[in-house]
Amino acid sequence: MPTTRQLLNSVQVARFVAHGFLRLDAVVPPEMNEEALGVFDTGLDPVPYGSEVPKAFPEGSFARRLVELPVVAGALESLVGPDPTVDHHFVHTREPHQGSAQPLHADALIDLRLDAFDVQLMYYPQEVTADMGGTLIVPGSHLRRTNESDTGRYQNLLGQTRLTCPAGTVALLHHGIWHGGRRNDSDTVRHMYKIRFNPTVPQVRLWDTADLDAPAVSEELRRVFPWYETATGRLEIHNRVRLWRSLTGDAGFDIDHWATRISNRPASRRSTV
Amino acid sequence: MTTRQQVLVLYLGTSALDSDVVGWARYDGTGGSRPTTGDSDEPPYKTGVAALEDGWRLFQAAQLVPPYPGAEHETSFLKHEFFFEKLVEV
Repeated sequence: MPTTRQLLNSVQVARFVAHGFLRLDAVVPPEMNEEALGVFDTGLDPVPYGSEVPKAFPEGSFARRLVELPVVAGALESLVGPDPTVDHHFVHTREPHQGSAQPLHADALIDLRLDAFDVQLMYYPQEVTADMGGTLIVPGSHLRRTNESDTGRYQNLLGQTRLTCPAGTVALLHHGIWHGGRRNDSDTVRHMYKIRFNPTVPQVRLWDTADLDAPAVSEELRRVFPWYETATGRLEIHNRVRLWRSLTGDAGFDIDHWATRISNRPASRRSTV
Repeated sequence: MTTRQQVLVLYLGTSALDSDVVGWARYDGTGGSRPTTGDSDEPPYKTGVAALEDGWRLFQAAQLVPPYPGAEHETSFLKHEFFFEKLVEV
């Protein structure tokens, strides 16, 4: 994947760390969106797990051109780094008046990694309106330790995002985000193309860090979502601090003293002197 | 005439039944409606008690379970889950 240098800034990455996803609205040009529908109708060949991008998506292929759009490539590089491998890809289709929604779920398996994460690209070639069953995404759910569709009991959470978007929108999601395809109550077939990327380098300061110390970074990281229970919401901030420390290599980073306070152990320091 | 159960699940902001609703789900044993994932953005009630005031009967509340040792900072499922029912003649 060529380096485009249209990297995310620190505020955008902090927003990803808090929300668990990032939207890039209408970044794919109309001619590619039109082409995509034909490509999806024809079908895509499966990709062997762990393929390098040039092997997974040959030069000139639709998927290769999609991930090499400068704004898409820059955002991917900022989150998973250069030369990620393709885990898998798939076109998800919601038929008109399809009877049911997917249960709320996180993809793959419960994932305990603290120092790495996969990114899932979701591309919407059509405008998605409210009745087309756009993806349900629960902001700030990505650090919860739950396994796949065990969350299926939750139908609605306060502050959930029922995606509506213009054609050509790309969303980049942390692997742990709770999501699901909603019931399509329209007369239109809805497509969403998903590619999962695995990092091949340590995910440390991969973005444009010029604004790393901007107050807006902390503001993004301390965001509380409406569905959080009062007490657990504090743990979410604490866990974001852990992730931000890993992403920046700054072991002393904190938000409102949450992590520092509970790791202050003077007796243990004295015993090691 | 026979009786069918409608179930309302509310997730609250604290373990108190009068705290605010942060999540909800409905299941309709009458077959009269088909609630599903992501079908509404507004909760049916502001609090758990508001559901009681509207005639829903509480039949299960989540226990308060201490965190697992070593995993005190991990987050997982919503903790404050309350099951309500209405019995409907059909």
